[in-house]
Amino acid sequence: MERLVDLAVVLRSKNSGPFSITLDILFDNIKTYKRVKKSGIISKKRIAELYRIKEEDITELVYFEKGLGIKITFNRKISSGTVGDRDVYGAQQHAPLFEIMIPEGEIADEDSKHKNAI
Amino acid sequence: MTKKVKILAPCGILGYGFPVASFEQGMRDNPDAIIVDAGSTDAGPHKLGAGVAIVSRQACKKDLQRLVRASLGNRIPLIIGSAGGSGAKKHTEWTMDIINEILEEDQLSAKIKVIWADIPNERVIQSIMDDEIRPMGTNIGKLTEEIINETNGIVAQMGAEPIIAALKENPDIIICGRAYDPSPFAAFGIYHGFDKALSYHLGKILECGALCAVPGTAKDCIMGVLEEGSFSVYPTNPIRKCTVTSVAAHTFYEKDHPYILQGPGIILNLENSNFIQEDERTVKVTDSTIQSTEKYYIKLEGARKVAYRTFVIGGIRDPLLLANLENIEKEVEDGVREYFSEMNKADFNINFINYGLNGVMGELEPDMSIPKEVGVVFEVTAKTQDMASAICSSIRSSFMHYGYEGRKSTSGNLALPFAPSDIDFGPVYEFSVYHLMEVSDGMEMFSIESYEVKNGKIS
Repeated sequence: MERLVDLAVVLRSKNSGPFSITLDILFDNIKTYKRVKKSGIISKKRIAELYRIKEEDITELVYFEKGLGIKITFNRKISSGTVGDRDVYGAQQHAPLFEIMIPEGEIADEDSKHKNAI
Repeated sequence: MTKKVKILAPCGILGYGFPVASFEQGMRDNPDAIIVDAGSTDAGPHKLGAGVAIVSRQACKKDLQRLVRASLGNRIPLIIGSAGGSGAKKHTEWTMDIINEILEEDQLSAKIKVIWADIPNERVIQSIMDDEIRPMGTNIGKLTEEIINETNGIVAQMGAEPIIAALKENPDIIICGRAYDPSPFAAFGIYHGFDKALSYHLGKILECGALCAVPGTAKDCIMGVLEEGSFSVYPTNPIRKCTVTSVAAHTFYEKDHPYILQGPGIILNLENSNFIQEDERTVKVTDSTIQSTEKYYIKLEGARKVAYRTFVIGGIRDPLLLANLENIEKEVEDGVREYFSEMNKADFNINFINYGLNGVMGELEPDMSIPKEVGVVFEVTAKTQDMASAICSSIRSSFMHYGYEGRKSTSGNLALPFAPSDIDFGPVYEFSVYHLMEVSDGMEMFSIESYEVKNGKIS
């Protein structure tokens, strides 16, 4: 098991427009990207629990292989820069992602299973 | 059709600055245009609502001096997107004023186009009645006439169309009001006959300056080269390079989706784009796709004043107080509310931000362990500044002397770093309009104005 922060090269949050926060998890190699993707750990359910939000407030959770990254976008409860907001740029909402634990990769095994199937 | 066009983007936001050497290197590569985005909603609704810019006049002028001189000196157009940050009339005029001042000081001549992006309230109200407005997200309410009347002017993001129309008359400088960030770049490519999808994709990359490079920054130059069937990008500063991953991953930035981008009248899809390392510092992109939407929607933006704010910053080090901080704050708030019971509850709001505990994330914070010290912000927002000031003062003095259960420190509960402690902040805004409006086409709402400056004088 390894922490997500030790596997990712970029872990960040930012506004995507004044009404949403978007989380980016980027890797520097396809192997790690696939390991995290295959683990299935990063899901709407998990993010909703971690951020104490409803799953339906997560508007996007997308894996993009060419960009070696995962994007999660969720609705803000309070829009950027108005009364009650705490993070106008949404730039410091990423830290809870750090401690997500990712199991060891089983890519080699998966590949051999795949070959056997063929 | 021209075989190749080069666009130099000096930085991610006009006024952010860029290294002179990078810019000069870019100019030596003979760009066909200098294009820079000036816009962002990142800094919150105050900029649009109060009609102020996101960078200082001094910084904007410093950048523009270099850009205007290079553009006129080399006879290539300069295009500015989302003038002044928010791109409303006030912000656009602010930018025009700086450009006119530079032209006057340098005794220069230029043909200038200004594309306005302000949308009249009556037009939006008509669209509400015609049911042609929809919110930009599931957490945004329905737009009403009442909201529009409280909003301090509405702008819309223009697509490439009005900028292409302006380019047809060969101006030296185009100042765009609020624009979809990639539009000014896309317009230049499309005007020269290049593929629309590649032109928009290139625009999406260039509008952030060298952010798509490694190391990435919005404060440095990037060059985009459009050819038939591809574009390539490279940073003009030799310490940076573009890599396949840095360019592919760039579209993650500030967007809700990593490869589907919705703009005025378009949906850009980059899922099957190909990213090729052309040389050590250059990445080539092919196969981006674009669809025109069935109906043409423009994104409206508007902000309204919602309250006035007063706040206090203080520090707490007492472990007995920290152990029960949120409850004690609640008790203080209840006491102040009782004291001001003649005031309408709806007219004011009391907020405690506890830095060290959950100041950054609030309700989203998963870790509520008790820290050694906490920085508190007592924030009161109210209908008037006087009201905010009175309530905030009462919160501060009540908290300072509050006799919470188990207290041993009976002389005061706050380390106030400043005297005076209470800061009257002024008005607070909110994004009241963030909706899509159906229009007949990309030209309908954006009028183009022309003027000429000859040897520094507006003619």
